Amino acid sequence: FRNLGLPLAKDDIVQLKEAYKWIIHPQLSEELGVPADGKSLFEVSVVFAHPETDKECHFLATACPDCFKPAKNKQSVFTRMAVIKALEKIKEEDFLKHFPCPPSSPEKLCDALEIQCNNGAVFVAGRYNKYSRNLPQTPWIIDGERKLESSVEELISEHLMAEFKADSFNFSSSGREDVDVRTLGNGRPFAIELVNPRRIHFTAEEMKRLQQAINDSSDKIQVRDLQLVTRSAIGRMKEGEEEKTKTYSALIWTDKAIQREDIAFLDDIKELKLEQKTPLRVLHRRPLAVRCRLIHTMRAEYIDEHHFRLHLKTQAGTYIKEFVHGDFGRTKPNIGSLLNRTADILELDVESVDVDWPPTLAD
Amino acid sequence: SCRICVITLAEAHPLLQSGKTIKNINYQISANCSRLQNKVSGKSKRGAQFLTELAPLCRISSSDGEEYTIYSCIRGRLIEVNENILSNPALLQEKPSTEGYIAVVLPKFEESKSITQGLLTQKEYEEVLLKRRSSAS
Repeated sequence: FRNLGLPLAKDDIVQLKEAYKWIIHPQLSEELGVPADGKSLFEVSVVFAHPETDKECHFLATACPDCFKPAKNKQSVFTRMAVIKALEKIKEEDFLKHFPCPPSSPEKLCDALEIQCNNGAVFVAGRYNKYSRNLPQTPWIIDGERKLESSVEELISEHLMAEFKADSFNFSSSGREDVDVRTLGNGRPFAIELVNPRRIHFTAEEMKRLQQAINDSSDKIQVRDLQLVTRSAIGRMKEGEEEKTKTYSALIWTDKAIQREDIAFLDDIKELKLEQKTPLRVLHRRPLAVRCRLIHTMRAEYIDEHHFRLHLKTQAGTYIKEFVHGDFGRTKPNIGSLLNRTADILELDVESVDVDWPPTLAD
Repeated sequence: SCRICVITLAEAHPLLQSGKTIKNINYQISANCSRLQNKVSGKSKRGAQFLTELAPLCRISSSDGEEYTIYSCIRGRLIEVNENILSNPALLQEKPSTEGYIAVVLPKFEESKSITQGLLTQKEYEEVLLKRRSSAS
């Protein structure tokens, strides 16, 4: 092209698939009677085969043999990277010896092998409250047998799957709570990716009605602030998991009797540093490590000689149950060591998850 | 279903009877092997020392000159030994079933059920002790 005196750069060369889209969009548009949008969520993928083109670059193997090394994983030696490398290496004269410029016209047409339609995923976010002490977040199935009925994600997603007519969903949330822990207050932020949804347009009113339908269907969970969000929103939610604080309320039992004065000092402890080894109860599926976590504030409420309620505000990722019972001394300090007694946790509630996402919706 | 095992001294162990003071706890069980050097990494606890039933965990000497070897009794990967009892040996006698534990072992997934079934319940253990005491007198 340089010889023709035209000032053309690599980017000026139209990509084959762009040219194809320019040709096919108006044709599809006319046939289906709808405008064509290159950025729409409805994707039609077409796979073409043209054996003639596949063989076109094979001459490079004789010209630059060292660029094409067979590896176990590759089906063909002529990978995109290898060809690009060879094209950069080969001298223009050598290239022209083997390949005409401009290239000759193809002899055969290409074949469309596969046509697939796919709806781009949409994302629904909200916050959930959990009122049951017998509900896992994800289905609890061991050896094909379901150990506990239902789960938070199923109770929320079932309705969404039906309305959005999706094939499947991916549920994620800003942290999780155990089966026997309730989530109170504003609830925990969650986001659900609906895969291949056939219906995606919902007004705010319709979303409100969907939220009501979910809430009417179960007393174990309730959702709020249900709304459509973008994919980038998920990042904001996961950010909350690691960085933000959570507040809890724990019902604690002690072996030796306590009086009000014995627990009053807990209210004055600020920024208590904990060293928590991976709790024994999760050690079979997590690596052994020591986590440093902070208990920002605490407030103790005396109940009787062997019980009190502790409200705490902690750094994300703190194991509360282990902070109470000490986990065989593997979480230090712990309530037991602070009170010089043996302590155990009877009940735990999440009072708040301090993430200000998704945006609160007015009722 | 969590499969984690915590090894502790049994109720009837001589070290837990009155009058015994612990002089020393040693995790160096042979010239080449110290349980303190056990290092595990990752979810599957790679690099862990593998224990058989008769593998020694530690040797404890009491002030009256006796030495006791504590055995694993469980086949599996050694996850950790309790270093708190090195700095505070009294913990082993004061809280043998909690903070005074000796080691944490993770058996192989396939063996975990059979191992659990081979253990005694609290009741069965107490019966064994009763029989032992009545035959001794």
